[in-house]
Amino acid sequence: MAHAYTPGLKVTNRVRHRTRRLLPLPGEVLAEIGSHVQAQDVVAQAFMPGDVSPINLSNALSLPPGDIPDIMTRKEGDVIEVGDVIAVTRGIFGFFKTDYKAKVAGKIETISKVTGQVIVRGEPMPVQVKAYLSGEVVEVLPQEGVAIENEVSLIQGIFGIGGETCGPIRMACESHNDKLTLEKITSEMKGAVVIGGARMTGEAVQRAIEVGAVAVVSGGMDDQDLRQILGYDLGVAITGSEKIGLTLIITEGFGDISMAAKTFELFKTREGDEASVNGSTQIRAGVMRPEIIIPLSESELASETESVHSSGMLDVGTTVRIIRDPWFGLIGSVTGLPTDPTTLGSGSKARVLDVKMESGETVTVPRANVELIEE
Amino acid sequence: MEEPAADVTVGVTNAVTEIAELSGRKLVDDNGQIIRPAQGDVGCDAYISTSSAGGGLQMMVAGVVREMTAASAKRAALGAGAIVMDVIASNDRRLPHEQIQRIRELRPDMILISGGTDGGTTSHVVQLAELIAPAKPQPRFGSEYRMPVIYAGNKEAVPIVEETFDKSVELSVVPNLRPVLERENLGPARDKIHDLFLEHVMAHAPGYDKLISWTDSPIMPTPGAVGDILRTIAEGQGINAVGVDIGGATTDVFSVFDGVFNRTVSANLGMSYSISNVCSEAGMPSILRWVHLEMDERELRNRVKNKMIRPTTIPQTLEALVFEQAVSREALRLAYQQHKEFATTLKGVQQQRTVGDTFSQNTSGQTIVDNMKLDLLVASGGVLSHAPRMVQTAAMLVDAFQPEGITTLAKDSIFMMPHLGVLAQVHSKAALEVFERDCLIYLGTCVAPKGQGQRGKPCFSYSIRSHALNELGEISCGELKQLPLADGEKAEITVEPARGFDCGAGKGKPVRKEIRGGTVGIILDGRGRELELSTKREQSVPAVTQWNQALDLYPESS
Repeated sequence: MAHAYTPGLKVTNRVRHRTRRLLPLPGEVLAEIGSHVQAQDVVAQAFMPGDVSPINLSNALSLPPGDIPDIMTRKEGDVIEVGDVIAVTRGIFGFFKTDYKAKVAGKIETISKVTGQVIVRGEPMPVQVKAYLSGEVVEVLPQEGVAIENEVSLIQGIFGIGGETCGPIRMACESHNDKLTLEKITSEMKGAVVIGGARMTGEAVQRAIEVGAVAVVSGGMDDQDLRQILGYDLGVAITGSEKIGLTLIITEGFGDISMAAKTFELFKTREGDEASVNGSTQIRAGVMRPEIIIPLSESELASETESVHSSGMLDVGTTVRIIRDPWFGLIGSVTGLPTDPTTLGSGSKARVLDVKMESGETVTVPRANVELIEE
Repeated sequence: MEEPAADVTVGVTNAVTEIAELSGRKLVDDNGQIIRPAQGDVGCDAYISTSSAGGGLQMMVAGVVREMTAASAKRAALGAGAIVMDVIASNDRRLPHEQIQRIRELRPDMILISGGTDGGTTSHVVQLAELIAPAKPQPRFGSEYRMPVIYAGNKEAVPIVEETFDKSVELSVVPNLRPVLERENLGPARDKIHDLFLEHVMAHAPGYDKLISWTDSPIMPTPGAVGDILRTIAEGQGINAVGVDIGGATTDVFSVFDGVFNRTVSANLGMSYSISNVCSEAGMPSILRWVHLEMDERELRNRVKNKMIRPTTIPQTLEALVFEQAVSREALRLAYQQHKEFATTLKGVQQQRTVGDTFSQNTSGQTIVDNMKLDLLVASGGVLSHAPRMVQTAAMLVDAFQPEGITTLAKDSIFMMPHLGVLAQVHSKAALEVFERDCLIYLGTCVAPKGQGQRGKPCFSYSIRSHALNELGEISCGELKQLPLADGEKAEITVEPARGFDCGAGKGKPVRKEIRGGTVGIILDGRGRELELSTKREQSVPAVTQWNQALDLYPESS
């Protein structure tokens, strides 16, 4: 027996999943331990200080800076509206007074007698964190956020772009081998997480953006389409902040490749259910994969059993997928594991295995070029 | 290192098991532990290790003004071989909470903060620190790990910045990288980044603690070990040497010129994790110019991305190999370019800039890397060490590094240099013996005069004499020729360059030198320096086909 590369992607019909939702700055947590939240619920919010607008009153009223504090009609801490008079000059013998009307709204933060400047801070801006995952709040981190848990079906993709979103699962393809093409995207898919089969075409993604789908998930896609959608060539696989109108996830790889049958079937059983989707991917040590999380309903909770993740051992009879050309994406069964290194077509020597493919043909491929799959 | 085996020791056990299978010697016990010390034909005497775990350095940099201090900080990070994930600046038009969110999402390995000139206003750079501190940036490895933050800004603000960060980050303070507006001092920040990466970031890869307990001597970072060995060779022989180690995520370049050692880590140039970045930085046409076979670009793009998302696969077909070797030429070329920019005469010295340069900051300074003075070029790393034919390694080296004059080429036989670097700590005699006998494989010598000429016109004439070889002839511009000279043999070569060409003694002046043979022999290169190769297929395909045939690079394709 020997080890084979497994991308370690989770495709499981039931697992207890936990997510942490934290504010970028200290604020107020709106959920309590034990409470049930929906994906779109705001669980924590903070107000960040508004924009600062300096007003140079000394210049505006042609007065020495030292006089400014004395002519202010509003003091530090006062809230002002646009048009409010905030300062009036003394004039000459009480006549020819000049006033200054605020051009911005906010709160007077400081009045400086050194520079003659008045600093007005705008309305605080709310920053909200949504639950993302429907479920139970299991931990509250005061001022920071919450941890949410739920029993879910979890599917990790191999690569994605775009951030968090949520919507109901909608199947667009009949089979895991069907290409996700333009005509399979309909206007009823507005707000939905669209599930395709094999490669998603660039036109299909474009159409999905037009109809307002929140995410598209399929087996593969062409890099050229990705480049067109993004508008640039992706260098390092660190994604998640793209703003292309939806989230894209591929479950298997680039090119014409079908979604794993198991993954497709899992989506099919969850059609109509609300899913939380995140395309963020970081392919480097400490990897981060895109995910589709579908919380289980009460009835599903009773019927589903937790799946067990298989370990990555390679043996005769094991089902593998070839993950490099010339047979990229093809599935077969291991028929031999020769010990000695073999010379490849490239001239390199490597340890290989024999794979009998679904077509009946047996091919020899480097051990490094297969991954184990559960079918 | 990802699920289900997010632990560096799993890979170690797999590798040792593989060695055990091949050697027929039991090395791992039933608990997955390496058996030590050796007893009869079971186990081994010592286990030592290098590590490049961590997969490259990924940083965020922050500066007050995007075009000025933030740009300097970015240059410092790039110079240290980091991928700059994002640049945070007070004027980058993002709201503070968006910036904080970004820091959290990206999980950088390290943050570099700069801003303000020494003695200038402190408020802006303190504001930056105030922005980063509450983000409580979480690194990608482990919860006990404290994010390294380097402060290289206005020295007056140091006490306030120190106060701003709590114990959740590992704050290091280095001299301001922009002490006055017109002057840049990137050295201290760059060195600190290097140190922290090697000592801190890499050490937090999952399972690293366990690995430390397994080894019989301290684990050395791979680039450090390779650098040590190269420095030893250069110093021992009194030569100028360049070494390269190309990996999946990073490419390290080492050089010793006139006794000065430099090392760069190009964290975004590599053959798997970073392959897509090589393609995007170099551009597909630049890569394809090295490919003589017809390939479908759409298909190739998908293959590149698939290699990125499944980094452990190897080329099976000749077509795949030709393409990977083309990518490696561009990755090496870019890494060497970065190295040249980094290894300047002004390294560590404050770099003077005029006020006019203030807004257009480009790396400048005279590079100390001089291809004409280069004596030895050593190749290491998967794509170079494991190329099926030695001549392919030599060709990749010559095409990417473009050595000038007369240069010896060598390769690390089976990527052994880092291991010998660390073995030298435990058993220096064994390391030296293995190094001399098994590690370096001499490929031969490259003769390439500097200059440009019209294709077909004379470039240089040569006469080579040894007891086995007696050759004289002429090489025309654009021509490439290989002559056999076995490993261990030496020959005397006289090169008479044509007018306008320089082989080390000046334009048109003859050069006589003793050269060494190798598994490839002598490569006579009349293609000129800089080597010009068009990205137009109709021009590049015939040229590259001719070169490939001259060196018999891919006999299967002809």
